[in-house]
Amino acid sequence: MDTVKLTSKVVPELYLEAEHISPDVFAGKSNQEIGDLSVHMGNQTYKISDYFTVEGKAGATAAETKIVVAGDVSKVKYIGMKMTAGEVEVLGNADMYVGAWMEGGKLLVKGSVDSFAGIAMKGGELIIEGDAKNYIGAAYRGDWRGMQGGKIVVKGNVGSDVGSNINGGTIDIGGNADVHLATHAEGGTIIVRGIAKGRVGGQMVKGDIYCLGGVERMMPSFKYDHTEEIELDGKKMNFQVYYGDLGERHGKKKGEIIYGKIYLTAAQPEGGEGATAVKSERKAKLSEKQLEQLATELKEMKEPSVQNVREYIKKTFGIDLKPMQVSRLIDSLSR
Amino acid sequence: MSEYIIKNGTVYDPKTEVKGEVKDICIKDGKIVDKVSSKAKSIDAKGKTVMAGAVEIHAHVAGPKVNEGRNYRPEDKLFTYQPGGKNTRMAGGFSIPTTFKTGYEYAKMGYTTVMEAAMPPLYARHVHEEIKDTPIIDEGAFPVFGNNWFVFEYLKNNEMDNVMAYISWLLKTTKGYAIKIVNPGGSEAWGWGENCTTIHDPVPYFDITPAEIMKGLLTANEKMGLPHSIHVHTNNLGNPGNYKDTLDTFKLAQGVKPNNKFGREQVFHHTHVQFHSYGGDSWANFESKAKEVMDYVNSNKNMTIDLGCVTLDETTTMTADGPFEHHLTTLNHLKWANVDVELETSSGIVPYIYDPKIKVCAIQWAIGLELALYSKDPMRTFITTDHPNAGPFTRYPRIFKWLMSDKSRQEMLKGFKNSDKVMAATTLGSLDREINFYELAQMTRAGPAKALGLTDMCGGLAPGMDADVVIYDINEGKIKDPEEIEKAFSAATHVFKAGTLVVDNGEIISNGNKRTFWVDAKVPTNTQVERDVQMKFLKYYSVNLNNYEVSDHYVANPYVIEVEN
Amino acid sequence: MSKTITDVVCPFCGTLCDDLIVTTDDEGKKILGVDNACAIGAEKFIHSSDHSHRVTRPRKMQEDGSFKEITYEEAIEHTAKILVNAKKPLMYGWSSTSCEADSVGHEIAELCGGIVDNTAAVCHGTTLIAVQNVGIPSCTLGEVKNRADRIIFWGCNPAHAHPRHMSRYSIFPRGYFTGKGAKQRKIIVVDPRPTDTTNLADIHLQVEQGYDYELLQALRAAIRGEPLAGDVIAGVPKETVYEAVDVLKSGRFGVIFFGMGVTQSLGKDHNIDAAICLTKDLNDYTKFSIVAMRGHYNVTGSGQVLGWQYGFPYSVDLSRGFARYNPGETGSIEVLKRQEADAIFVLGSDPGAHFPMRCVKEISRLPSVAIDPHITPTTEICDVHVPVAFVGVEVGGNCYRMDNVPIEARKVVEPPEGMMTDQQFLSAVLERVKELKAN
Ligand code: SF4
Ligand SMILES: [Zn+2]
Repeated sequence: MDTVKLTSKVVPELYLEAEHISPDVFAGKSNQEIGDLSVHMGNQTYKISDYFTVEGKAGATAAETKIVVAGDVSKVKYIGMKMTAGEVEVLGNADMYVGAWMEGGKLLVKGSVDSFAGIAMKGGELIIEGDAKNYIGAAYRGDWRGMQGGKIVVKGNVGSDVGSNINGGTIDIGGNADVHLATHAEGGTIIVRGIAKGRVGGQMVKGDIYCLGGVERMMPSFKYDHTEEIELDGKKMNFQVYYGDLGERHGKKKGEIIYGKIYLTAAQPEGGEGATAVKSERKAKLSEKQLEQLATELKEMKEPSVQNVREYIKKTFGIDLKPMQVSRLIDSLSR
Repeated sequence: MSEYIIKNGTVYDPKTEVKGEVKDICIKDGKIVDKVSSKAKSIDAKGKTVMAGAVEIHAHVAGPKVNEGRNYRPEDKLFTYQPGGKNTRMAGGFSIPTTFKTGYEYAKMGYTTVMEAAMPPLYARHVHEEIKDTPIIDEGAFPVFGNNWFVFEYLKNNEMDNVMAYISWLLKTTKGYAIKIVNPGGSEAWGWGENCTTIHDPVPYFDITPAEIMKGLLTANEKMGLPHSIHVHTNNLGNPGNYKDTLDTFKLAQGVKPNNKFGREQVFHHTHVQFHSYGGDSWANFESKAKEVMDYVNSNKNMTIDLGCVTLDETTTMTADGPFEHHLTTLNHLKWANVDVELETSSGIVPYIYDPKIKVCAIQWAIGLELALYSKDPMRTFITTDHPNAGPFTRYPRIFKWLMSDKSRQEMLKGFKNSDKVMAATTLGSLDREINFYELAQMTRAGPAKALGLTDMCGGLAPGMDADVVIYDINEGKIKDPEEIEKAFSAATHVFKAGTLVVDNGEIISNGNKRTFWVDAKVPTNTQVERDVQMKFLKYYSVNLNNYEVSDHYVANPYVIEVEN
Repeated sequence: MSKTITDVVCPFCGTLCDDLIVTTDDEGKKILGVDNACAIGAEKFIHSSDHSHRVTRPRKMQEDGSFKEITYEEAIEHTAKILVNAKKPLMYGWSSTSCEADSVGHEIAELCGGIVDNTAAVCHGTTLIAVQNVGIPSCTLGEVKNRADRIIFWGCNPAHAHPRHMSRYSIFPRGYFTGKGAKQRKIIVVDPRPTDTTNLADIHLQVEQGYDYELLQALRAAIRGEPLAGDVIAGVPKETVYEAVDVLKSGRFGVIFFGMGVTQSLGKDHNIDAAICLTKDLNDYTKFSIVAMRGHYNVTGSGQVLGWQYGFPYSVDLSRGFARYNPGETGSIEVLKRQEADAIFVLGSDPGAHFPMRCVKEISRLPSVAIDPHITPTTEICDVHVPVAFVGVEVGGNCYRMDNVPIEARKVVEPPEGMMTDQQFLSAVLERVKELKAN
């Protein structure tokens, strides 16, 4: 395998779109040719060599090509998009769409990535050592075909909407997962080793979700079915198995309904029927006293805007409320 | 305006009965002429094929459901975009292209006139806004009448004058072209989640049957002498065994004579017949009844059909047949959009993948082609995909290939996963007929133009007609590989729209001067209908009558066809 | 003497009432009265016709933050230049103007390689995402009037935001099959709090704030006859959930209207996704539709024009010479927060009042222009404010109601002397952009 090393020279003023940073595109090209490939910022077209130094050498085929990306590429999108073979290694953070529509090969990011990594992935391996934001391994907007194959590993935490419409492949999350994990799943496997925030498996038809750190609040449309011993990472573990989403259609196999399944480690408080293994929702809230204080303050403000009030709450109480919460507060307090 | 002479092309023109003769075609001031001056620009078409611009009789290219289809399918655009150029806007989408792409793609294939097949009257302004943004091609739109409460009530009471007055009013108000009927009665029944699955199922609460609706509108159409006949999509589309309903529908027109001044010889057009030619009583014993259907069509000269060929693509189905789309989404579980329109119609949209690996899809593909190959009169059988329902219109060249080459069909048939079953359920394998260029010109030009009442305007190369002329780089006698057919018809080398060169060397060089056709059918003043309209708007519509009409400035370059009574 | 104009379309909310009667003075300059409109709508007409508070010429912000009048020519030049010079201009708004103006704006955006986004970005964009995921079984408002016997208001308060909605279309009208009006209809309102709308409800589902998604999926499971975990589902007693299900299933024609209470609360597009799926499920038992309560009177139209021109309803990125769409990346809020744009153009909306502070700061940092009939928080932070005639009052044009029905807005009075319409202004900018690009 031959290696091309790209080192970022300047941080782009806006964001750079660099879908050509892929073994499939680099393969068989000289460093000069690689440097001449286009990158885009807004409506402007530049060359890879405007933003990167190119060293080393590309292989004859994608499979024989490894690309190492060094320097600050935290404002570079589309690294490894649609790659089918070979390797890409990003030494730092990268922006959106890392490994999007990826079909094969191996893509490693040592830092963190923004949203849409590995969307509609079909094959290969995508490893993020840091955190990843939203829509990892999800479907592109409107598509019912999310991740279909391959493997995504995120060692840190992930944002929301991970694995939407997944119907194949595996997503392995080392840390916590924000809400709406595996919505509309029709297959595939997701493992969350930290805490899953909630709305896990909403509207799922089929597939397996393992939540080793528990689920903060289970969907009411999942039912506890049984406890089962399953081997994971070579260890045998007891899981409570939940079936759902009961609001969704489900296929049948040999006369039996095939549900989506959520596996909770039995270390969680034993639930039994009805109850769910949940942790309480930690939602920022104001105390009665704080509310009183805010109410008087609101009277002082002539036209309290959400922004002003939010800032005020942050400054005075050290609590950062969501704008929607603030707006409801204003409404209810000024009644 | 400039003059052109297209020299030495092999011309196929059913209008003037030119069957592949080497001939010059002259263009002056937007029209075909006998000769031009020496100043005329000359285009060498030696060894190439010359035809009139093609005429699309049935496609869903503009309006509310088309646009809902676009907006709710971002994935249909993914990696399909072409950037804009000097004369073009950016253009994207596969099964439901943007308006710009619609214009460009039709023009590139040599299509110059396109009819939007279903316009809900309440949304007519939207249809026209889109038509305005569709470059190059002339367009018209068919308002839907088959589930309209006015029509129901007048027909039930046998008030033919009132039906005609209402039709005239609605065509004028919506700037519409013809009477479209979609799942008569069934789309109204869908307002209650029900359907009319045979032509004798009464419509809930309206005490009328689909058969009565179709027959009544047919009678009105001929009494009024409109340019096009009624344009029908009958009940029970898409279900096994529906060919019986189809034949029942056809029989409604039996023996009726056409009455019009536009050279139209049919009184009844049935669209996308592929979807209506199914035998069997379940998906398991689903089979083709193309032969039975075409036997009837062949022996009844007062009707025309279009095919609705399945192209085996991932596409988007959309129709004013609301209950059908609901049925479809329960089969494939893909996203379902539905819009029921007060007093007028319903409609629905569902993406669909015609997968050649699936037996039913492959049989559907075969049926579309069988219909064409069984046709004894190409002047009455038109090639369509019911775009985008059975496939996008951009696949027409592929259909031409299949129709023109038995070899390409046999390869397809053998390649299917369920090859044996498909062959057993169809007769395509035994049909070795190959459509020739002249027949193709009949099926895509002269035929549809005549059926639309536009025979003296487009679809032909007679002097005095609009100079819609296309050159394809192909020579009928020298085709070695069927792929050449698809390639040549995908990209005309030259296209003239009303005398303006719009495609040159396969590239769009002008946006032409597109027109919108609509029909102004004069009827005697009818105060009863005027009052009925006012009352219905007051009581049942959600918009005011005075805000309903499509005002003239929304109609792009109108071309009004006046019909005197 | 006075003049009366009938069938006037109200350019305020997505209800797009088209039965207003406006009385003007003889010259057609001043509006004397508005009939049929609700208080909000009437106020809008009367207010606009009082020219005393309006700027009638473009203004440019000076170093010290004050504004100085400039000519329209200078404003055109300024606008064209910032757009042509930008690498990724954000062109936001388009919801309080006509489709004709939108269309010209898009052409500018296409030439300048910008992002076109409308106010769906902060209200019903999540609805559009949900529709892209699962479709939408819907109907026109007239269908509701003529047939509906089950009305659900979810996360919306039409009594305040769409005042004539209930009387024109949903609760009270007597239609063809609904001769008894409100008597014939059962009303369910889903809202965490009691409101003027919940007062009209037969059933008030007082959902726990932010748990609409759970409630929706529970309703769906209950419809399928599945057991529900827990006695209280998202704040609602289990029995009430089952009771609601019975009401939904037993109607002949039902409709769900939903608003910002679900589109912008926790769950966003997922809430709508589930609500649409609920509607779809109900069609296995009876007839059901769902309609978004769109806010701005023509945000729907903006989405339509974007749809037929580019295939996406909002947040359309044209920068690369082809259209792309992916809210979460191409939406105005993200673009501003992440500093992806380098110029901003606002027309027919007021992001200064509706966007998060961080985005507002970004707008004031960038080269900018705001086109608006009035002085707004946005015009106050933009480099140039271009006042234009008021669409639907001083100039007509096509608009789309919340159910996508196109209605042509009318002109009822003359704009202040010498004032351009937004379409005229945009056309002039387009010409100038073409010239600048040619050089
Ligand atoms: S309900 Fe909305 S559209 Fe109707 S008058 Fe009031 S503000 Fe105007
Ligand atoms: Zn059709």
